Amino acid sequence: MTGSAPATPRNFLEEVELGTPGDSRLLMCIQCGTCGGSCPSGADMNHTPRQLFAMIRADMREEVLTSNTPWYCVSCYYCMVRCPQDIHITDIMYTLKDMAIKSDFNEEKAGSDLAQSFVDYVENYGRSFEFGLATRQYLRHQPLSILKKASMGLGMLSKGRIDLTPHKIEKIDQLRAILEEAKSFDYVDQEVGP
Amino acid sequence: MSKKYLFYPGCSMERSARPYLDSLLAIREDIDVYLEDVQDWNCCGATEYGAVHRWGSHALTGRNLALAQQQVNGTNTLVAGCSACYLNLAKTENYMRTNADVNRKVNRALAAGGLQYDAGTVEVRHLLDIVYNDVGLDKIKEMVTRPLTGLRVAPYYGCMIVRPDLDNRFGNAEYPQALDQVLAALGATVIDFPLKTHCCSGHMTQISPVVAYELIRRLVHSADQYKADMMVTLCPMCQLNLDAYQGEMNGYYKTSYHMPVLYFTQLMGLAFGHDPAELGIGKEFVDARSALANIGVELPAEEEEAAAKPARPSGRRKKEEGLPMPLMPDDDVEEAE
Repeated sequence: MTGSAPATPRNFLEEVELGTPGDSRLLMCIQCGTCGGSCPSGADMNHTPRQLFAMIRADMREEVLTSNTPWYCVSCYYCMVRCPQDIHITDIMYTLKDMAIKSDFNEEKAGSDLAQSFVDYVENYGRSFEFGLATRQYLRHQPLSILKKASMGLGMLSKGRIDLTPHKIEKIDQLRAILEEAKSFDYVDQEVGP
Repeated sequence: MSKKYLFYPGCSMERSARPYLDSLLAIREDIDVYLEDVQDWNCCGATEYGAVHRWGSHALTGRNLALAQQQVNGTNTLVAGCSACYLNLAKTENYMRTNADVNRKVNRALAAGGLQYDAGTVEVRHLLDIVYNDVGLDKIKEMVTRPLTGLRVAPYYGCMIVRPDLDNRFGNAEYPQALDQVLAALGATVIDFPLKTHCCSGHMTQISPVVAYELIRRLVHSADQYKADMMVTLCPMCQLNLDAYQGEMNGYYKTSYHMPVLYFTQLMGLAFGHDPAELGIGKEFVDARSALANIGVELPAEEEEAAAKPARPSGRRKKEEGLPMPLMPDDDVEEAE
């Protein structure tokens, strides 16, 4: 049986699993804490990944989605390769960021604004645009350091390491159509079968 | 009889990591590598697109895989030099190959743009993998005309090239050897760098600089303790964070580290006898000139830049040599520009 059986999540745990492309293996967590012990930014996180996963199981939706933990994940994948249960921890962190943005619980605006600016450039041009991205981010979230950043920006410019205008791909409409279709899959169904 | 590869440059390599691309292009004939760009490729999504649209991030890389598939002709190997690009491409390819749900959904999204990707068609590999496994150490040694004898280097892999390494291309997620051996083949003294696969701080420079400074400090401090002349990397994000933010990190911790960070392709080019300027050497923030001068590589003084630099207004306070001022490494960074 192929077909797409729309699954309705019964709790927060299932919602996170459903929202993660591929097999998250989140259910397999044995609370060993290897993830937090391996995390380079763990000390600055509100909760270690292990704690966060326990909170997900406890259905603590709001507490999880207000946590800075997913945003402070640096995508180094240390936790994932060391996890004795092969849980796709980094993938789950991406899902939690996505859910936080959609939920209005998100308090880590520097993280979500960066991601959203990045998305805007990709969807408008098909490419990332480092100059625009950094400028928007610094003006909004590090305004006191703007002179220092401007000096760095001039350095980048004089070394030919930055463009002042974004580059647009040829088939941007094709890309947008693909992305539009992909967004309709978010949190709706998980197909089973061969 | 050069070997052909499909090539995904990625956004960074075209700009902030331009020296990486320039040095690769400079040495490609030495190592018999022919690169064919994927036509009209789009951004890989880095670590950001997937934080907003989970399926969109796979569709984004799916389009690049589909475009690469259309160009499969004599080779099905898709090479990326940027570790984030490499991982995003490799991850979507792996998930499509191993998970029916991902395969179907990504292809359904691609169909909206008239594209299709048959999982398993394209083999995604990192540039270092190509250099180490396909070109090989023997060929590299054969091409060396100016060995980097006496240059102490800290081989720095960062994260995404060796983790999660879903297709087990490097075989060791925490203690890889490929870059060490390539650099040794160039004649450099390679230190056994304990933090070789630690994180450069990724996007944290944009989200919480203080967190980023600590991760950058750990790496630079360790390389400095091992008396490395420079760190050598293979990822644009790692290079940018360690190089462009080293001055800010020094300012934050009141330290005065001076640890240049070059790409491994730049060192290959030097050892193969190329002109440093052709390899983009000199475009780094933390000047590599003195480290290279030690091994007899002369770089022209930055005359144009010095000339282009406006004179400082006389009223502005500047580091005054005569007074016992605390060390302000940021000043040094400004000077270097």
